[in-house]
Amino acid sequence: MRYLIALILGFLASTSFAQEWEDQRLFNDGAGGDALRVLSSTDTNLFAPLIEAYVAENPDTAVEYLVTGTADIDGLFREAPERFDVVISSAMDLQLKLANDGFALALDDVAHPEWAEWRNSLFAFTTEPAAIVINTAAFEGLPVPSSRQDLIGLLRDRPDLFAGRVGTYDIRRSGLGYLFATQDSRASETYWRLMEVMGGLDVRLYCCSGDMIDDLTDGTIAVAYNVLGSYAEARVESGERFKILDLSDFETTMMRTALVSKETTQVAEAASFLRAVIAYQSDDASNASPLPTLAQDGDRGAIPLDPATMTFLDSLKRKKFLEEWEDALIQN
Amino acid sequence: MQTDAVVSGSLRNRLVLILIGGAAVLAIFLFFAVRSYAVQVAQRGQDNILLASVTSMLDAAAFRDGVAEVDIPYAAFSMLNTPADDRVFYAIYQDDTFLSGYNDLGLLGENQGGQPSFQTRDYRDTSVREVTASRTLIGADQRTEIQIALAQTQDALADTLDQISRNAALLGLGFFALAVALSIWATQATISPLSRLTNSVTRRGPQDLSPFTKPVPQEMAPLVTSLNSLMGRLDQSLSQSEDFIAEAAHRVRTPLATVRSYAEATLLRVNKEENREAMRSMVKAIDESSRAAGQLLDHAMITFRADHLEREELDLVDLVRDLILRLTPVADMKDLTLDLRGEDTVTYAGDPILLQNALRNMIDNAMKYSPADGAIEISVRSEPVVAVTVSDQGPGFPLDEIETLTARFTRGRNADNTIGSGLGLTIAQDVATAHGGEITLRNREEGGACVILSL
Ligand SMILES: Nc1ncnc2c1ncn2[C@@H]1O[C@H](COP(=O)(O)OP(=O)(O)O)[C@@H](O)[C@H]1O
Ligand SMILES: [Mg+2]
Repeated sequence: MRYLIALILGFLASTSFAQEWEDQRLFNDGAGGDALRVLSSTDTNLFAPLIEAYVAENPDTAVEYLVTGTADIDGLFREAPERFDVVISSAMDLQLKLANDGFALALDDVAHPEWAEWRNSLFAFTTEPAAIVINTAAFEGLPVPSSRQDLIGLLRDRPDLFAGRVGTYDIRRSGLGYLFATQDSRASETYWRLMEVMGGLDVRLYCCSGDMIDDLTDGTIAVAYNVLGSYAEARVESGERFKILDLSDFETTMMRTALVSKETTQVAEAASFLRAVIAYQSDDASNASPLPTLAQDGDRGAIPLDPATMTFLDSLKRKKFLEEWEDALIQN
Repeated sequence: MQTDAVVSGSLRNRLVLILIGGAAVLAIFLFFAVRSYAVQVAQRGQDNILLASVTSMLDAAAFRDGVAEVDIPYAAFSMLNTPADDRVFYAIYQDDTFLSGYNDLGLLGENQGGQPSFQTRDYRDTSVREVTASRTLIGADQRTEIQIALAQTQDALADTLDQISRNAALLGLGFFALAVALSIWATQATISPLSRLTNSVTRRGPQDLSPFTKPVPQEMAPLVTSLNSLMGRLDQSLSQSEDFIAEAAHRVRTPLATVRSYAEATLLRVNKEENREAMRSMVKAIDESSRAAGQLLDHAMITFRADHLEREELDLVDLVRDLILRLTPVADMKDLTLDLRGEDTVTYAGDPILLQNALRNMIDNAMKYSPADGAIEISVRSEPVVAVTVSDQGPGFPLDEIETLTARFTRGRNADNTIGSGLGLTIAQDVATAHGGEITLRNREEGGACVILSL
């Protein structure tokens, strides 16, 4: 009888939390006990080496890796912070707001540079620029743009070539896309002009970097604006036919961040997992992590971890920004 | 007589305690004053930043297409960044209707005149500093009020205060240590004239009753003045009594001399043996009396001269030889021999009259307490100190009394059938002390007394 109730309860629990994951994988499922639930926006193939290294050192811990979009992560986690132990996301603003709102557990004994942590509860572990990637075949015979201004000129001059073949994040759906867009708009007015030009060329909007790169690879689009550099680079190395532009005007750099849920039931394991991720991604770690390491360089540096990052999350401001963005980009 | 003073407390301790206690109170006060001031300054710093931030947000409020809009400037939150990564909360209201931000962060009642108001309160389980400010927007045909509440945790402030508290504590401690050192020094400086005076009182010779002339602090002047006047009176009454004794002795001696000469003259004329015997006893008694009077006179004279010692270079051996020469007739009467031993010349700077007096009394004693036919040995030496030793072959000093025999009018048990006043050794000792020396009494191993006058 008791067994039956447990079964029914278990069934109810699993259905009530039914969730469409982009990807879901259980590492080290041989280990007993509760698995460490890691909620992440990073593709499994990029993060798997880190988890595998972790479970190799901690054979008693199983890790369940759950992948979904950055905006989704924020919503899911706010709703049920007790269901997840570690949250990893590239949307720094959403992560910082989670920490600011008290969802993150402070870990006092994690040694980390001041600029790469916030309140000892949010820890950055990669430095990744937003990249503009072009399809080399589509740009055959054309000069390679060296700034956004160049790109604007090129796109304006050849609507025949680029109409329907430019892509960027749908910032209404992607937290990272929104972060990149807002930071770009702060950096230069050029951003808005580029968006207008792209809007005129009937832009394609994407949820994620991966899809954008897929379309770029098969030639569906010729230019992808603000793709995750790390994803693009991973694919360039595997010999795909596209090129990451090296722009001289400005670069927006994001840091992937991790936090431990304040309501985790596995404090020690979650903290040790987070420490392992930081150690794995540190500069001197002699391993070939598919993710870029944490580094403080570039003239503008990465988007800082400070309260200002939350500014564009204000609902009024977000509404206004999205209106402007839609005005520029969606013209039909 | 009781010489130890009745002690109640210590001036030095009292002074040190009062000063240190005062310093401790001051140091604690200093600590709290500095800290509370620092708290105010630090809090004002945070308030200013909060106000600047909320003002920049209000400045970004405007009507657009008839709708009030607040476009939070990036700098508004950027300026709230602190080393301790303080959390930031805000809420925007339009005419008391929530627009955006944290809807559980309420507005504080504003001060009169629309002034921004500040408050430290609890929000989401931590202590936050909150500011509320508002701005009235005036559009074409409408008027609306935008109100913004902005709150920030106080971790950085707490860190700063911790540090300030530590520094203030160090400051207080430093001040205290300095004050303690100063108070000990000040006490020492205040007390030292007192101990100097005490020292100079203690170091005085027994006969020195002259006034203190060294300068003393104003507060001690009355003490020294009364001390001086006390000693003046003491000196006066002492010399009065001494004068009196001298006068009295003198007055007794002169008639005694007259009586003695009459008695001697009568002795020559008396033939009856029993009468002659009576006359002889009479002369002897008169001799003893005049001798006692002489000793009293001597003692008074010595007490007087001891204060104004008239030193001159002299040969002690010469002096002793002279004395022996003069005393030989008396010694012969008792069949005693006086032997001079020791060095040939011993030069010494001293008062000849006093020295003579002392030595005569010593030799007198030796003769008095020696059996007939004995020999009295007198030796003078200069090493290790200048000293004259008189030894006889008599019974010696009664050992249990030896300590007290030099006191005035004190006589020993063995003196019962000799005539004397108990002043002889006193005189010898006074002379020795006046010359910075001492008198030593002891018995010789082979029998007999031995008195050493070392100078
Ligand atoms: N040479 C001595 N031999 C033994 N006793 C002595 C001698 N000289 C002094 N005394 C003792 O010391 C006492 C004190 O001596 P002194 O002061 O000269 O007084 P006095 O007038 O009795 O001689 C004497 O009474 C005697 O007891
Ligand atoms: Mg005598």
